[in-house]
Amino acid sequence: MTRAGLADTGLAGTGQLTRLALRRDKIALVATVYVIVALVAGTAYTFKKLYPTAAGRAALAATGEGNPALRFLYGRLYGDSLGSLTTWRYGIWAGIFAALAAIFVVIRHTRTDEEAGRLELVGSTVVGRAAALAAGLLTAAAPSVAIALLLWVALPFTGLPAAGSAALALGIGACGLAFTGIAAVAAQLSSTARGARGIALGVLGVAFVLRGVGDAAGAGGPSWLSWASPLAWIQLARPFTAERWWVLALPLAIFALGVCLAFLLASRRDLGAGLLPDRPGRPAASRLLSGPFGLAWRLQWGMLAGWAAGYAFTFAASGAAAKGVGQLFGTSTALQREFTRLGGQAAIVNAYLAALMLLAGLAGAAYATSAVLRLRTEETEGRAEPVLATATGRVRWALSHIVVAVAGTVLLLAVAGVATGLGYGLRAGSAGAEVTRMLGAAFAQLPASLALAAVAVLIFGLRPRAAVAGAWTAIGLVVAIALFGQVLQVSHWVLDISPFTQTPRLPGGTVTAAPLLWLCLAALAFGVTGLSGLRRRDIG
Amino acid sequence: MNAIEVTGLRKSFGRTRALDGLDLTVRTGEVHAFLGPNGAGKTTTIRILLGLLRKDGGEAVLLGGDPWRDATALHARLAYVPGDVTLWPSLTGGEIIDLLARLRGPRSAVDTKRRQALIERFDLDPAKKARAYSKGNRQKVALVAALASDAELLLLDEPTAGLDPLMEAAFRECVNEERHDGRTILLSSHILSEAEALSDRVTIIRDGRAVETGTLAGMRHLTRNFVDAELAAPVSLDGVPGVHDLDVQGARLRCQVDHAALNDVLSRLTAAGVVSLTCRPPTLEELFLRHYSAERTTAGARS
Repeated sequence: MTRAGLADTGLAGTGQLTRLALRRDKIALVATVYVIVALVAGTAYTFKKLYPTAAGRAALAATGEGNPALRFLYGRLYGDSLGSLTTWRYGIWAGIFAALAAIFVVIRHTRTDEEAGRLELVGSTVVGRAAALAAGLLTAAAPSVAIALLLWVALPFTGLPAAGSAALALGIGACGLAFTGIAAVAAQLSSTARGARGIALGVLGVAFVLRGVGDAAGAGGPSWLSWASPLAWIQLARPFTAERWWVLALPLAIFALGVCLAFLLASRRDLGAGLLPDRPGRPAASRLLSGPFGLAWRLQWGMLAGWAAGYAFTFAASGAAAKGVGQLFGTSTALQREFTRLGGQAAIVNAYLAALMLLAGLAGAAYATSAVLRLRTEETEGRAEPVLATATGRVRWALSHIVVAVAGTVLLLAVAGVATGLGYGLRAGSAGAEVTRMLGAAFAQLPASLALAAVAVLIFGLRPRAAVAGAWTAIGLVVAIALFGQVLQVSHWVLDISPFTQTPRLPGGTVTAAPLLWLCLAALAFGVTGLSGLRRRDIG
Repeated sequence: MNAIEVTGLRKSFGRTRALDGLDLTVRTGEVHAFLGPNGAGKTTTIRILLGLLRKDGGEAVLLGGDPWRDATALHARLAYVPGDVTLWPSLTGGEIIDLLARLRGPRSAVDTKRRQALIERFDLDPAKKARAYSKGNRQKVALVAALASDAELLLLDEPTAGLDPLMEAAFRECVNEERHDGRTILLSSHILSEAEALSDRVTIIRDGRAVETGTLAGMRHLTRNFVDAELAAPVSLDGVPGVHDLDVQGARLRCQVDHAALNDVLSRLTAAGVVSLTCRPPTLEELFLRHYSAERTTAGARS
């Protein structure tokens, strides 16, 4: 289309904006695509080496299908071919990573730019009203499309059948596209990038829980819940076992719907505005807002409230699902054997609940890290300067946010424990006992979660420019070790890096105090080193 | 005692040398203008004085203390307006004003009457969320927070950037009142008329060094006067020492005259018969321009 023709549609300049966005993000985009493709294709290859015999694969498949905790974390398993195992272990998680990339990219190039006022500068040039949204969508769709194409080409090279490879590759790519559409709508709803990310990540969280509960459900349980989740569609298309291609149309429909809705919403609002107008606030500060701690609380409570609501929903629903998880599908001998190996009904429920608590700990580490990194945002945005130019010292300023991070993590784990205990206990008829038991199991994760927050403090104090990337890399590493370490038979040295490897598997496991104490000491040492680094360095 | 005493201050960021042996003295109770073009090192100096940056070398004494070591104790006695004011988008202007006052220390109570008067004077809506403020309004929030405090030293980094002329006038009024109250003010600026109207003394910096410091009167002493005269009869000033840029059109004469030659030139003019005469000192703009263009030409000639 010509430029004049595009001008009528409000899309003039989309090409230039897309090129600009791709250039700003090229390293991150290439790295994301590479990691996801390498993860899936690499695993398919590794599985072939680790499980060369049909018997070995059948045993792994029996473990996967028989253990509800694994079904909750990785999804359902259809068949025991290499392709099926790869789809089971990585399909959903590759979809989650693709969705995360899509969410961050869309919002970064739409709402973040708008909030920072950069779109105003761009909008004053010959650029259509809808061009920024279109460019953000194109940029965010790029990694999803690239992942789909590269996996489609790469997977057959690892020896997997072509049809199944295509279904898995397209399923992961389409999942990324679905969340591209969802994030585009979120970017229109909220007037802040933080809020938009919260909405989109909330949808991703709900999608994960719905399919987790659906997939973990035993025979006669609410398995249909999985159909409500875009993440589950990757496996429901059944790559490598009689592919159901029509399932792939579902995420593409979500993408199309999201894009249309986003453009519609964008055309009906002013630049800079969300759908909810800003109300006037208090003309004077309340007593609460009277020091660095009051300020940190004021800045962070909204995010914490969102997390707490997410935790309450996730763990109440997942806990309630624990009741039926021990019911076996069918009566295959392999599954029966797995059932006994795990220790029967009670042990299976415990393993499932322990997996939930591991998830609570990992998410808690992510929350604590983002709360600590608020310090870095305040510093780079120039908002630390006016605070530090008052009688507030650096350590006190940093501690104000760290205290919120620690208290928030304690709160979230408490919510996880109570919600799981209530969800399961009310159905099992022993709510009181389950709440106490699960509360203990949740708090066992606290040292590991806080150790990761302390890593963020350490990097923030010593190498502030690397703080955001470094802290999130640490989280990514720990999540990867927790989810994929064991099945890939990674050496113990690598597994032991993660504080969650040191954490007892509760409920059901045995508790030893020593590793938890060591974790607390390490967290304290990291924190103190980070703060003393902060005292010595330049601000800004 | 001096409020600020800086000698030989040095600071580098990687390979860039931001401050290269800066000297700056601000006497207690004076309004001191800190002038220089963008990137001269004004903000870096202020940030070192605030203990946000660590100096590489030289001496800096602020209110009798070490700005790095005694930062928090000193900050209770000063108020700061950053050059680029960024505020917390979810807080209102009124909340931020109160918050900054409370952060300054438990002893610095908010003077609500004074706060209200300043808010009215600067025509600020304190109930608005900071994300809805324009650049000028953000500046006003920071200014009201600083001026409402009882700090003995105000560090103002380009405080009028973004203010409209009406608000600029209100700001000047405030600064003059503060001066009467005996507060010390360091005012960084590249707007020279502002410094001219407000300051007792001036330090001009360039490339991280102070190139000139003193009262404006003292600086004019080193400079030329502009003479514009209409005479009864033409007069020749060709070759008279201390006369520059001579422009004669019939009986109309314009030139620049060195301070020392002024008496000699005026007597020659009155001898010819003066119809009208304007003789004025240079504005700070002219002084500034001359200073820099001269520096640039010498630098150009050297290379």
